[in-house]
Amino acid sequence: MTVGTGAGNSTETGANAESRQWTARARRAAESALPPDRLLPDRQPAYMASWIYVFGVLTVVSLAWVIITGCILAVMGPSWWHVSSTGLFVNSLHLWSVESFFFFMVIHLWGKFFMAAWRGKRGLTWATGVIAFLVSVGAAFTGYLSQQNFDSQWISTQAKDGINSTGAGALWNVLNFGQMLMWHIVLLPIGVVLIAGLHILLVRRHGIVPPFAEVNEDVAAGDAGGAEVAAEPIAEPT
Amino acid sequence: MLLGALLGALVNLNRSGHYIHWGFIQISVANFLVIVLMVVVFILAILLPFPRRKGGR
Repeated sequence: MTVGTGAGNSTETGANAESRQWTARARRAAESALPPDRLLPDRQPAYMASWIYVFGVLTVVSLAWVIITGCILAVMGPSWWHVSSTGLFVNSLHLWSVESFFFFMVIHLWGKFFMAAWRGKRGLTWATGVIAFLVSVGAAFTGYLSQQNFDSQWISTQAKDGINSTGAGALWNVLNFGQMLMWHIVLLPIGVVLIAGLHILLVRRHGIVPPFAEVNEDVAAGDAGGAEVAAEPIAEPT
Repeated sequence: MLLGALLGALVNLNRSGHYIHWGFIQISVANFLVIVLMVVVFILAILLPFPRRKGGR
């Protein structure tokens, strides 16, 4: 950190020194990759006006409900979520928000698969979506193991043979409730949120993938192609 | 009583589930219905027109 000692030369010296600092370099890189109007756009391409484009944000909303209800369950504990009517309600909200999370995420996956959403240098966006899906499966599985009821006992005893057959059981023991609970409420949620956040930033960075017809028209017109189309705001969101 | 009946599940969930067996494939009816519903929603999302604001481009 550079601290200026006065006007004149010290200001110029400070600016030069600042430009070499990692904070300044990181700021410039972030501003270059994601300028504010691209990070929080108020206009989107016209082809986004389709129901198939809403399932990504529905997945994010469901994830927010999963985290909110999960935090409430963590505060109150199993005796509350198993016995009290309010606890049962929040427990059910947690379950159904997970159900809707996977429901919307799978439809989002289908839509993007048939759009070949990795086009236009969007390979990392696609890959982070796949990883987020796989980590979410782990988070849901450890959630079933953390219910503190006969269902979780049954699932864990059934799963142990499958996990042990892979050789992972020595490190990742599904019968170890404390380990599964920590994975469910700490490690895997952090992983899901970080990867989903990176996924959203990459969508902002590269824009939403255009339909095939849109790319073909641009190629015929001599345009640069899909990546440029997606970054160009055309119409206001409806 | 009436409210409970209205808000309750359409089928009795306090019993063992139903399963579909087809060769080596075995799936619960509940999971099968969820997959069918996802396919239906996916097709509707493609076919149904998206509402546009009047005067918008």
